[in-house]
Amino acid sequence: MGTAPATRTMPLAKRMRRWFSPLDLMCIPAVVYLLFNNYIPMYGLVIAFKKIDFSKGLYGGPWVGLKNFVYLFKTPDAWLMTRNTILYNLAFILIMNFLGVAVGIILSEILAKRATKVYQTTILLPQLISIIIVANLVYGFLSLSSGVVNKTILPMLGLEAIDFYSSPVYWPFILTGVNIWGGIGYASLLYYASIIGIDRELYDAAYVDGASKFRQIRYITMPMLKPTVVMLVIMAVGRIFSSNFGLFYQVPMNSGPLIKVTQTIDTYVFRGLMQNNNIPMSSAAGAYQSVVGLVTVLLANYFVRLIDRDSALM
Amino acid sequence: MQRRLHRTFSPGQIALHLVMIGFMLAALVPFLLMIMSSFTDEDILLKYGYTLFPSKFSLYAYYYLFVADAVTILRSYAVTLGVTASGTMLSLLLTPMMGYALSRKDYRKRGVLTFYIFFTMLFNGGLVPQYLMYTQILHIKNTFAALIVPNLLISAFSILLMKSYFVLNIHPALIEAAKMDGGGEFYIFFRIVMPLSTPILATMGLMTGIGYWNDWMNGLYYISNAKFFSLQVLLNRILANLSFLRQYGNELGFNIPLPSTAIRMAMATIGSVPILVLYPFFQKYFVKGISLGGVKG
Repeated sequence: MGTAPATRTMPLAKRMRRWFSPLDLMCIPAVVYLLFNNYIPMYGLVIAFKKIDFSKGLYGGPWVGLKNFVYLFKTPDAWLMTRNTILYNLAFILIMNFLGVAVGIILSEILAKRATKVYQTTILLPQLISIIIVANLVYGFLSLSSGVVNKTILPMLGLEAIDFYSSPVYWPFILTGVNIWGGIGYASLLYYASIIGIDRELYDAAYVDGASKFRQIRYITMPMLKPTVVMLVIMAVGRIFSSNFGLFYQVPMNSGPLIKVTQTIDTYVFRGLMQNNNIPMSSAAGAYQSVVGLVTVLLANYFVRLIDRDSALM
Repeated sequence: MQRRLHRTFSPGQIALHLVMIGFMLAALVPFLLMIMSSFTDEDILLKYGYTLFPSKFSLYAYYYLFVADAVTILRSYAVTLGVTASGTMLSLLLTPMMGYALSRKDYRKRGVLTFYIFFTMLFNGGLVPQYLMYTQILHIKNTFAALIVPNLLISAFSILLMKSYFVLNIHPALIEAAKMDGGGEFYIFFRIVMPLSTPILATMGLMTGIGYWNDWMNGLYYISNAKFFSLQVLLNRILANLSFLRQYGNELGFNIPLPSTAIRMAMATIGSVPILVLYPFFQKYFVKGISLGGVKG
């Protein structure tokens, strides 16, 4: 009789352990974190389809259907921010991959490996600096009153000073330049790594056959890099509707006259939320970005999967 | 050997070096300009602008920041250090913990939970719902949590990174053996798995730390009280409005002219010097972290 409770509790404890194990306990903090940080905001996208009424709670306002979206897409802003986001991304993808391959090849061709290491480490440095400081560095060059360009370079060439922070024409080039400056180290590192992975025997055979360096690059390195390039480009295209908020907001110093060439979806959402107090438009633009972004990422992933299963996200 | 030396110094090689030296200078010169300008005399700056080789040096900008306006700067340094240290440590505890659970082949919920993690990489609610959630539901505004928690603490990407590291590097037999000896799951995790993973933990810690050190977005969204300004947030305010220092600073009652041209460069120097100084020593981990894709500037 006395042993009965013990035999009954044993399987129960075991069942408890099955239902809730120490491994579950290990997962709880991260699961709860992502619930709040990511999943509740996903549900929160419903506010784009609602009228905000904080007196009825965060998600309690009445439904308005697609009204916010219809209104958003009637404004010229919608077209402008979409165009800017896509065009900047296309320029970044093209130039970054082209230069990344070029620098990767140069690094792999340099015989003094210690020098290669120094170059590689140095060009990675800008990646680690906050965009606030990068914006300040850019200001050091472009400021009207004290920038190097206006105070030293242009006077030396006998040219008039340029007020960069109110001249939109220059900014597509400036922003592309800053983006390349920050990212070239990473891009070239990726390509350098895949060049190093190419079988050396191919080059030795080509050398024996009398192929020049240029021919080796043209007929061995480039074709072997092609899959990597294709993969990286497709993945970047998957993110074509998102932009680096800091680059487009901080680097132009949030300058009003530049809005036409610096407004991307992310800066629009931010300005709507934090500055213009226009939550309906801001949330509609954000929801538009989230949904279109999901579609492009899934499409990109689908194409990556067609080419190489192992590189796909799922 | 002769032939090799000859090739190392061939015109082709020299041309390649020149191109790379160009890239290297492009990466470094802006930082040199920043540092030199921060030490330049304000009058010289007003006359000739920022230059790499100023004709007159001055420590006035640093004097202003560290003596006249010491409270603002030192407090923001303390905030940044505190947030970076606590955020990184917490992240280095919670991220591998879940990564480890997911790496265990005998954990039955790993499929569902891996997808739960993974899905956040595909789809997100974006700024507005997240901002409203943190401000209206969790009421995080003007707290230290606002600088630590949103978006930085745990990322799906690093959980999956840890998971694959454990799958590749921790042999299941090791865990079986520890279990035979009567070790509980937490004992195994802390005493066996974590010590065996120091390389990836160092890399991840460094990247997470830089993420915290560099972060200004959480400060921009959730902080309005100057008490909680981190270095980057303060710098952001100063960039947006140089008179900010005069408005909120000067708590000691100093009333000396603000060297506004030099000061922004001095602030930027203060904000980046730790990274610039640490970089050469830890570059192995930095380069590894960057190549894993775990850093955002």
